[in-house]
Amino acid sequence: MHPRRPIIKVSPNFAAFLQASPLLVVLLAFFGIPLLMIIGVSFFDYDGTNMVPAFQWGNYVDLFESRVTLSLYLKTVEMALSVWAITLVVGFTVSYFLAFHVRSILWQMGLFLVCTVPFWTSNIIRMISWIPFLGRNGIFNQALMGLGVTREPLEFLLFSDFAVIVAYVHLFTLFMIVPIFNSMARIDRAVIEAARDGGSGGWRILWEIIVPLSKTGIALGSIFVIAMVMGDFYVVNTMSGGHSSSVALAMYNQIAAVQYPQAAASAVVLLGIVTLMVAAILRLVDVRRELAGH
Amino acid sequence: MLKKKTFKVPSTHADTRVGIGGRRRFLKRAAAVTGVAAGAGLIDGFPLVWAQNIKNVTLVHVGGSYSAIIDIAKQASADLGFKIEMQTAPHDALKSRLLTQPNSIDIADIEYFFQYYLIKKGTLQPIDIDKRFKFWDKIVPIFTKGQYKDGRAVSAQGTLPYKVQYVAGPGAKEFHNGPTKWATGVPTVYNADTLGIRPDLIKHPIDRWSDLLNPEFKGKSAIVSVPSIGIMDAAMAIESRGDIKYGDKGDMTKAEIDKTIEILIAAKKAGQFRAFWKTFDESVNLMASGETVIQSMWSPAVTAVRSRGIACYYAPLKEGYRAWASCLGLMGHLKGIKLDAAYEYLNWYMSGWQGAFIAKQGYYSSVLETVQKTMSPDEWDYWFEGKPAKTDIKDPYGNVMEKAGKTRDGGSFWERMGNVACWNTLMKEDVYLVKRWNEFLSA
Repeated sequence: MHPRRPIIKVSPNFAAFLQASPLLVVLLAFFGIPLLMIIGVSFFDYDGTNMVPAFQWGNYVDLFESRVTLSLYLKTVEMALSVWAITLVVGFTVSYFLAFHVRSILWQMGLFLVCTVPFWTSNIIRMISWIPFLGRNGIFNQALMGLGVTREPLEFLLFSDFAVIVAYVHLFTLFMIVPIFNSMARIDRAVIEAARDGGSGGWRILWEIIVPLSKTGIALGSIFVIAMVMGDFYVVNTMSGGHSSSVALAMYNQIAAVQYPQAAASAVVLLGIVTLMVAAILRLVDVRRELAGH
Repeated sequence: MLKKKTFKVPSTHADTRVGIGGRRRFLKRAAAVTGVAAGAGLIDGFPLVWAQNIKNVTLVHVGGSYSAIIDIAKQASADLGFKIEMQTAPHDALKSRLLTQPNSIDIADIEYFFQYYLIKKGTLQPIDIDKRFKFWDKIVPIFTKGQYKDGRAVSAQGTLPYKVQYVAGPGAKEFHNGPTKWATGVPTVYNADTLGIRPDLIKHPIDRWSDLLNPEFKGKSAIVSVPSIGIMDAAMAIESRGDIKYGDKGDMTKAEIDKTIEILIAAKKAGQFRAFWKTFDESVNLMASGETVIQSMWSPAVTAVRSRGIACYYAPLKEGYRAWASCLGLMGHLKGIKLDAAYEYLNWYMSGWQGAFIAKQGYYSSVLETVQKTMSPDEWDYWFEGKPAKTDIKDPYGNVMEKAGKTRDGGSFWERMGNVACWNTLMKEDVYLVKRWNEFLSA
């Protein structure tokens, strides 16, 4: 029997396109089109109750003229960078321990799962539970006073930037651990042994082999953490007790006041800035090449 | 933004305490009471013409969780024979739904200042208070005339419901100055808000709004972070302290907003505020944990703190209360049998059961007469007359919420509602206010 000839012949390129098309459709329908609509609305006018279809730059002018915009962005970026730095150090250390100090694969996976255990409860619960812990009459303050370390309760622990960062780090460190651990697990142990045989010390191996080879994971983790902090309004509002604001929280207030076009303009600007940050990270690390290279 | 009362007060805190069984028992009892009331001719005037068809009608009632309570829908459905579907939505969601998907709602349960958003769009149809709605002449004059019983005018700072209460007739795009036969909405749930305090942690009586900014409570006061309401609480405090004399706290000029925000920023930088809360539970937890000792608060939040065995007092203040009021509006698309059903529902709403139900949460209903007939004399005396309770006072779900001998904070209905300084509102400078409020929060 002769093998049947395919009825339709497609070029390999077109076949690849067909394979990717379901994702393309989903992206267009649920991301592309809504995004275009938001961009469209950002040029609309509004009078407090109505959106008036128009094409005008007023919303962007208002945004860039407002004193609060710059301070909000500075604050939000500062927050994102602090959280990024802390989660990176913690995430890298934990991953390093898992990948290089824990020998058995079984233990590695077991401990990795332990890292994810807190994530079986909801974000909100994990965040809210810090409030009674850090509060004026909270467990931590009572413990400090009980031990005689402090006399008065420490007020800065809750409803402060400190509290916001604690919650962010708690919520987002796993997003650093997963990609970094993944990168590290794929580093060929022979390379490290060769370096050691060649007389390299621990720090040099870390700096010249492990860090460069974990770059993909670090980049991916950084993208996750930075994008999440930049877009957050809930954690910052709850943990700062409303003292701090963020770009997204200001947007949320505008939506609540039915100022949709203004909120849309803020969203477009925020999207632009986050895109630039992600682009900068990708510029430093060519994630695609690194992934393909393994 | 979690606007005013985006909380689930009534149902949540009761739910955790009674569970389904308790509530069901209560419903049965309540049904029995209503049955008696109906037998006594209290509830009447439901035409039988549509009796068969109307059974197929479903009315979708959407409102805040403090008034769109499922138990009310169940009782109404049972009494009326057609279905009321109750949905809750926070203010913002409700606002955008009313504006963008009006056909998904039949009965709009809104605060009065929403009327400013809706009037020009013709979202609602006016209510015929002459022929079809039966209780208009029994509604407290605060709403129908903008006056108290003795003819004194009610403060018109902010959205005094009377200002947006009437229109000339169907199709009108602006409010009518003075009564007509057409109402924009039927007043339902309302209350007088003030500051909540922890009397156990504050050693002297609090009787002025300025105490919100009193340095004595540095780091221990809080304000609600809903721009339109927070600014009013702040304005009450600032005016009481003597910094600004406002023309109209409910309709500030840009200069007044600027000055108010400046003072707030200065207070914030001096560490006056422990937090700015957005949701009901946040306000309860701040107070209960002792993070704050004085703050903006809603009435049921005070009850919730107290139910944990912690002293909390809803302090009546010299300058008066910041009041708010909700109304039921008929959506513009209602007609025919559905419109008939909607009118029957409005009439049922005023007939006593609903009024007594929400009165036991500490809110008021606009027709007092039917509420009085539905409550026990002791309950009436406690909630409305400001007299000490003779027996334990129970919430709508049958849980004891106040021991015998206690008196309601602030006293009687007329002592509380008779002393309104301003009303929740939507200012003309709302856009500017939201902008400046964001500056305050990020300062």
